[in-house]
Amino acid sequence: MKPVLWVKGLSYRQGGFSLEVGGLEVYPGEILAVLGPSGSGKTTLLRLLSGLLPPEEGRVEGGFRVYLPQTPLLLRRSVLENAAFGLRLHGVPRGEAHRRAQALLERVGLGTKARQAAHTLSGGEAVRLALARTLLVDPEVLLLDEPTASLDPANAAQVEVLLREAAQEGRGVVLATHDLFQARRLAARVLFLLQGQVVELTEAQSFFQRPQDPRSRAFLEGRLF
Amino acid sequence: MEAAELWEITLRSLWVAGAATLLAALPAVPLGLWLALKGGGGLWGRVLLYAGMALPSVVVGLFLYLLLSRSGPLGFWGLLYTPYAMVLAEAILAFPLIAAFVLSGARARVEEVRLLVRSLGGREAQVLPTLFGESRRTLAAALAAGFGGAISEVGAATLVGGDIRHHTRVLTTAIVVETRKGELEAALALGMVLLGVALVVTALLVLLERE
Amino acid sequence: MRLLGWVFPLFLMAQALRLATTTSVYDSGLLDRLLPPFQKATGVRVEVLAVGTGQALRLAERGDVDAVLVHAPELEGEALRRGYLAEGFCLAANTFLLVGPPADPARVRETKGVLEAFRRIALAKALFVSRGDRSGTHLKELSLWKQAGVEPAPPWYLESGAGMGQTLVLASEKGAYTLSDLATYLAVGRKGGLEALYQREDPLLLNQYSYYPVSRSPKLEEARRLLGFLASEEAAARVASLRVEGVSLFRPLRGRCILPVGGGR
Repeated sequence: MKPVLWVKGLSYRQGGFSLEVGGLEVYPGEILAVLGPSGSGKTTLLRLLSGLLPPEEGRVEGGFRVYLPQTPLLLRRSVLENAAFGLRLHGVPRGEAHRRAQALLERVGLGTKARQAAHTLSGGEAVRLALARTLLVDPEVLLLDEPTASLDPANAAQVEVLLREAAQEGRGVVLATHDLFQARRLAARVLFLLQGQVVELTEAQSFFQRPQDPRSRAFLEGRLF
Repeated sequence: MEAAELWEITLRSLWVAGAATLLAALPAVPLGLWLALKGGGGLWGRVLLYAGMALPSVVVGLFLYLLLSRSGPLGFWGLLYTPYAMVLAEAILAFPLIAAFVLSGARARVEEVRLLVRSLGGREAQVLPTLFGESRRTLAAALAAGFGGAISEVGAATLVGGDIRHHTRVLTTAIVVETRKGELEAALALGMVLLGVALVVTALLVLLERE
Repeated sequence: MRLLGWVFPLFLMAQALRLATTTSVYDSGLLDRLLPPFQKATGVRVEVLAVGTGQALRLAERGDVDAVLVHAPELEGEALRRGYLAEGFCLAANTFLLVGPPADPARVRETKGVLEAFRRIALAKALFVSRGDRSGTHLKELSLWKQAGVEPAPPWYLESGAGMGQTLVLASEKGAYTLSDLATYLAVGRKGGLEALYQREDPLLLNQYSYYPVSRSPKLEEARRLLGFLASEEAAARVASLRVEGVSLFRPLRGRCILPVGGGR
């Protein structure tokens, strides 16, 4: 199968921090979890993968990818207009954009809130809205930065369902997360990042059951922060 | 002063200041947004803009007078001592105010908006219109500041308007006349009207921004 | 409808006759008596700019106004010689007053001549507020100091740089003397507690207002028609009948100048 995202010899430096990824491929329909303690470079990696941040060396290539920051960026408009915003950027006429946005809002459980101002949404609803907006522009790769970090379990579960569905639709999903259980539930593969270096890139099952590196073991046992 | 004349002066103040605000906003809002996109327009750009907020109105008035005078380079326009000359002067004074307000308000949102537009696959050129839509609150404040500056302006309005009764007299210049004539009560009453007008227009702008 | 026309002058750009005059004439209400009947009779609209005499003449020189009504014969003579004012008309006269605090620290009430009064003020170093704005009143005051042989100087000599009304307010606040025209004094000065300390029929204090068309104005025709109206008996009667609390503010001159234009004041 042809990957939707591939990376070769990527390196990035800023201040005292440096990040290096020798090689990485993301395939359609797969969820890749990016794990690592705070400050290990997860956000920087996602931004590099999205193309928003130019690397110093190496190459990032692939299909249309969208990056979702941890706090959803909502415009000071209605929920519907926020959802349709991506389509409008791509030149879809207003009427059609709103129709498609409304349909997707129904799917993420926000159908009744379409006319509300976006900033009146709760944290979980805001994340779902941001996801809906992203899915509408039909990206091949979703890059998510701890989307459930500040959500209650019920909302987090809803988001997880949406992520699974996105993968089932054939999108590649790269999910940075702090939540090891979430990674276990969703991910097929894991990339473990520590101080900007890839410690392990492997099947999720083997990472959680037989971590090869002592640092991975320490992380899984909660001895690394 | 009769009620009819008070109405006339008040309406003229309103339309002159309103037209000046719009005329200034037309280039000032895009400029403010554009500078915000370019990371604040650089140190000198900001210094120039903020210094422009302190532009002395009599200097602007004098400069415009020399331009518009019949012996000046633009004398053939016949604009001197008309309300249009006042619109021009007040627009020049409101311009840096509006641009600076928009700049400082939009700067806080630029990175967010750019990230959103770019990450959804939008082009850099689409950042500015989105930022414009996001800056409504700032815009209302900027227009209120510009309008407040324009309607309370007196130095340039006198120099290029001439304070001609039934032609270019506005609230501020009428206050000067009444004060000069020793009619302090009338002057004070006109001052109250001026305050009231500024208050109402600002309130309208703020309400409009909230929808 | 008329209100709308005044507020939005889009279609009134067909320009009116512009007359620059002194603040004292404007604020006295003299023009409000003279211009409406003229406008009614001829259909010529007149727009009035109230500025100092110095500025009025400068505006005439630059061609920004079509006529002036001023009171500085020496400057008028110069303007006539340089050709930017056309032959004019002596319209009205009154006298300047020396006003000051009722306590009269320089005792100018007892003097016989105005020059003596000015000398006393200088000698007593009593506060004196000058207009300092090249208005007709200011020029008159300067010539009086000169004739009195006194070089006025701070700290007792203050320049306001403002119109007559504000200068009178300043003088009454500071308890100072100042030279004022009659109309503004009646309107402002008396309210502020100033007293006319010297107001005899002194030829040195004569104040003469003259009207001149601007010679290269495109509205010279209309400006001359206004001159014709000001020379009429109706205009003279209107000038004479302007009173404040029973006091006549102006005496019509009917073209007979009492001060020579061009100097020797």
